[in-house]
Amino acid sequence: MASQPAAATRPGDSTNHGLRVVVAWLVLSAIATPLVAIYVGPLIPPGNGSVQAQGQTFSNQVMTSLVTPVLCLMVVFFGYGLIKFHLRRNEAVLDGPPLRNDSLIQVLWIVITSAMVLFLAGFGTYELLKDGAGGGQGPNPIALPAGHKTAFQVQVIGQQWQFTYRYPSFGGMESNQLVLPEHTLVAFHVTSLDVVHSFWAYELGVKADANPGVDNVAYVTTKGPMVFHVRCAELCGLWHGYMFNNGVVVNHGAFTHWATRALALYHSIKGYVNRPADKGGAPFAYSYLPEPTRRAG
Amino acid sequence: MRVGVKLLLVAAAVTAAGVGIGFYVSHLTTLAGSPSYTVPVQNVSGHPVVHLEIQTVAAVGPQLSQNPDWVSYLIKDTSGQWVRKTVWNLPAHATVHVTIYNFDGASGLRNPYLARPQGMVGNRVLIDGKPVNAIDPNDASHTFAVPAFGLIVALPGVADDAKNQCGYAPCSLSHAHRTIQFTFHTTTPGHYRWQCFVPCAAGWVFGFGGPMQTIGYMDGFLNVKA
Repeated sequence: MASQPAAATRPGDSTNHGLRVVVAWLVLSAIATPLVAIYVGPLIPPGNGSVQAQGQTFSNQVMTSLVTPVLCLMVVFFGYGLIKFHLRRNEAVLDGPPLRNDSLIQVLWIVITSAMVLFLAGFGTYELLKDGAGGGQGPNPIALPAGHKTAFQVQVIGQQWQFTYRYPSFGGMESNQLVLPEHTLVAFHVTSLDVVHSFWAYELGVKADANPGVDNVAYVTTKGPMVFHVRCAELCGLWHGYMFNNGVVVNHGAFTHWATRALALYHSIKGYVNRPADKGGAPFAYSYLPEPTRRAG
Repeated sequence: MRVGVKLLLVAAAVTAAGVGIGFYVSHLTTLAGSPSYTVPVQNVSGHPVVHLEIQTVAAVGPQLSQNPDWVSYLIKDTSGQWVRKTVWNLPAHATVHVTIYNFDGASGLRNPYLARPQGMVGNRVLIDGKPVNAIDPNDASHTFAVPAFGLIVALPGVADDAKNQCGYAPCSLSHAHRTIQFTFHTTTPGHYRWQCFVPCAAGWVFGFGGPMQTIGYMDGFLNVKA
């Protein structure tokens, strides 16, 4: 016959463990949440490179701050359980006391989690609709930032394996450099000439899929001069990992200077590009289709 | 089994898997399928100068590949042989004189903008001995492009009705060909990919499979070393 087991709840233990857990949780949350909000939050990507990037960082800051008490509860609950209720040496394994319904806890659980989810849904929707949050919105965007009708337009063209950029306000001038004027609302028109790519201007907080035949619009408001990274974020073939370069935001004078120079370089190819598509040209359009070529089709 | 031994075994397995994945990725992204070729360097007044002699062929042939019908780049090695190696070791901050003999016909560029030579000395190339600052994108057969250097050179193709066209590589200069010459400078040491932008892989979806996605044919690396 097996030896007599020790008591499941140790005899004489009148401690209110629930109260202890709640107090420890509240104390830890009261300390950790402000620390996370103040010190960790601003470090969360993508940073303050644009108005939209700043909005994303703020959203991440709010969500991380909200999740901190939840994480604290888990840490305290499991930590307390491990320390207080672990099996001691020579102690027999016993089933715990039966769990019973507790209406108050159930109601609190439903109310708190529902409130959090509804708040996050509302907050996220507001942040998204405010200005599009730097995301690709397809050809008919609904989250339109103020002044979108006069936004500076830049077309982003993905191709295996490089991004090039066209500026419709400069006669469809194309360049392999992405240069943007400072403090300007920019409308990116993202498309592809072949497979699916994804335009990810990290520090600007812009990410938009590049699909052939589709004009995917993303808005961003630049801030001061800076260098940012552009990467492809959609696995697109052999050189996907090398499909990156730098973009720059410059002051208006420097932008005009660059555009004048880029236009002069573009001049030698302009005549060929502006031919009709059936003659092998590619006059500016908001999307293109990967035409089969003479031999490879 | 003791917990310590279990932990040790798990750590060893994770380390072995990590090393294996690292080796695979490193091999895949550097030399996969193509041994490197160290280009001879000349010293001109203390400045490194190299000459690259390359040919582009419509079909690499059974002598040089198990995929005889694939389009490919070849490079002339120090013994004067044309070899299928597309990973080239070059010195940093060097002047690189490039001569490309193109034996292939035109496919046409999907993006006509890439027909403008850029990133080389003077932003122009010599085509059959004549300076050119743009070619008709429809006439492009291939490109030689190192995007990290901003270097793009579109290579015009041999006319469809040209006589004595080359079948299988290696091709000789007695075959119909175009000659493209330009000069560029290498930058700091690094691992720079080069590629063709013309969808020239016959028989593949939109011309961008097979040799366009395999190092050793229409893609490679410039291993720029100090």
